Amino acid sequence: MSARPWRPPSIWPRPWLGPLAWTLLAAFLAWNALSLDVNPERIARGLGRLGAVLASAVPPDFGRLGLLASGVLESVEIATLATLLGVLVGVPVAVLAARNVVPLPVYGAGRSTITLARTFHELIIAILFVKAVGFGPLAGVLTLIVNGLGSFSKLLAEEIERIDRGPIEALRATGASRGQILIFGVLPQVLPRVIGLTIYKWDINLRQSTIIGIVGAGGIGATLYNAFSRYDYDFALAILLVIVAIVLAGEAVSAVARRHVQ
Amino acid sequence: MAEPTGGTTRPTTWRRFTPLQATLRALAQLSVGALAAVMLARLGISWEYVADAPWQITDLLGRMLPPEWAAGPALVGPLIQTINIATLGTALAIALSLPVAFLAALNTTLNRATYALARLVMVVSRSVDTLIWALIFIIVVGPGSLAGVLAVAVRSIGFVSKLLAEGIEEIDAGQVEAVAATGASRWQVLLYAIVPQVRPVFAGVVIYRWDINIRESTVLGLVGAGGIGFALNEAILGLEWSRVGMVLTIVLAVVIASEAGSAWLRRRLT
Repeated sequence: MSARPWRPPSIWPRPWLGPLAWTLLAAFLAWNALSLDVNPERIARGLGRLGAVLASAVPPDFGRLGLLASGVLESVEIATLATLLGVLVGVPVAVLAARNVVPLPVYGAGRSTITLARTFHELIIAILFVKAVGFGPLAGVLTLIVNGLGSFSKLLAEEIERIDRGPIEALRATGASRGQILIFGVLPQVLPRVIGLTIYKWDINLRQSTIIGIVGAGGIGATLYNAFSRYDYDFALAILLVIVAIVLAGEAVSAVARRHVQ
Repeated sequence: MAEPTGGTTRPTTWRRFTPLQATLRALAQLSVGALAAVMLARLGISWEYVADAPWQITDLLGRMLPPEWAAGPALVGPLIQTINIATLGTALAIALSLPVAFLAALNTTLNRATYALARLVMVVSRSVDTLIWALIFIIVVGPGSLAGVLAVAVRSIGFVSKLLAEGIEEIDAGQVEAVAATGASRWQVLLYAIVPQVRPVFAGVVIYRWDINIRESTVLGLVGAGGIGFALNEAILGLEWSRVGMVLTIVLAVVIASEAGSAWLRRRLT
């Protein structure tokens, strides 16, 4: 009896499933690509327009420095304020969503809050807040706070679920109440992570604060959107470069700060 | 030795911080508080709006619930378009990321210049949001799904190639050496020693990014780049709040389903 030739281990339970899955995926992508209606004529027209846009965008126009600076400053302020307030809201929600410190119904409610906040893109949340509290940075701050429930609180809740049970048991043995266990047993263990996550969230907030202005929630995004819709491409390029600079600076600052803390 | 008499009195109660530390901490906390207060004041928030906000939000939710279920069938088309934008954008991103990733990994890059170029592409791609890329591509190709696909693809290059390059840098050099020792060409080494090692990482990264792209695609329509965001914008402009509720319900379902599906796939593949 001859041995079958060796084949590398495969993730597919049946050998014919692999080719089938790839064929289906390829067919789906091909159908998709065809429905986009891309043709040489359209590509040529697009490239022509790209050339025209680039020609009018270069060199970037930093002339309206006041407008640019006030928009950037507002974005940074929205991001920072939302970070500070977001921690105050985010830590309690994280505690409520940690299975090992709260009873099951509370955990369910906490987890649902996080899932809901996580699911919706910050722009959708921003639209709803703009409708609720009007145009301006307040809607932006609220948006980023809610968005933080989905990232900051989620990661912190997972961190709380990983804490050492020892100190909790020791506190319980002294007759500490639930609140005392939380403050003296749980929070000290996750405090370094709270700081790390806060810096991380500030970095994300900075990125998001540059786009929520598109729907009127304050920051540089509104200025950028207006520049685009007025075909003011050289100003748009200037704003874009400034946004890239802020995002990179925020990333660098947060990387250094997190290394310093942890 | 005589016992020291008098001299410094030792504190009888334990304190966590020395007086200096305590003062510095209080100052730091105070300055953070002051910073927050200054920024809050500068943002020029009208407090009557804030006071009114809880009522406004409740009112808005009341209008959105129950969702207008009857609008469901009309939203299937935009929903499929959203998924298509995310999928096609991810597929295009894979094609564009592969060369960038190999050039951005220290062990496979050609020379210093290609390494720097790949890193630059990654930084530019990652530091501009999908929506801003969409605004740019709308100018070039006009409003519609194509702009969305291109925006998703260009935005994903940085993410995919960064994680993939890290995966390539972590491969086992022994296998590469072994294949090279058989006299394999550069391309054969890539194909038989490097690619098999990074395949699981690659699959994981791509599926993860597809999941993120689904979420991003739900808002592309707000700026005119196709998908369900367009329907959302229309409903909001028309003040049809129960329809907005329906769109949001669909978005919720799709995003949760794609997250669960991608988590399952990643567990199986990696």
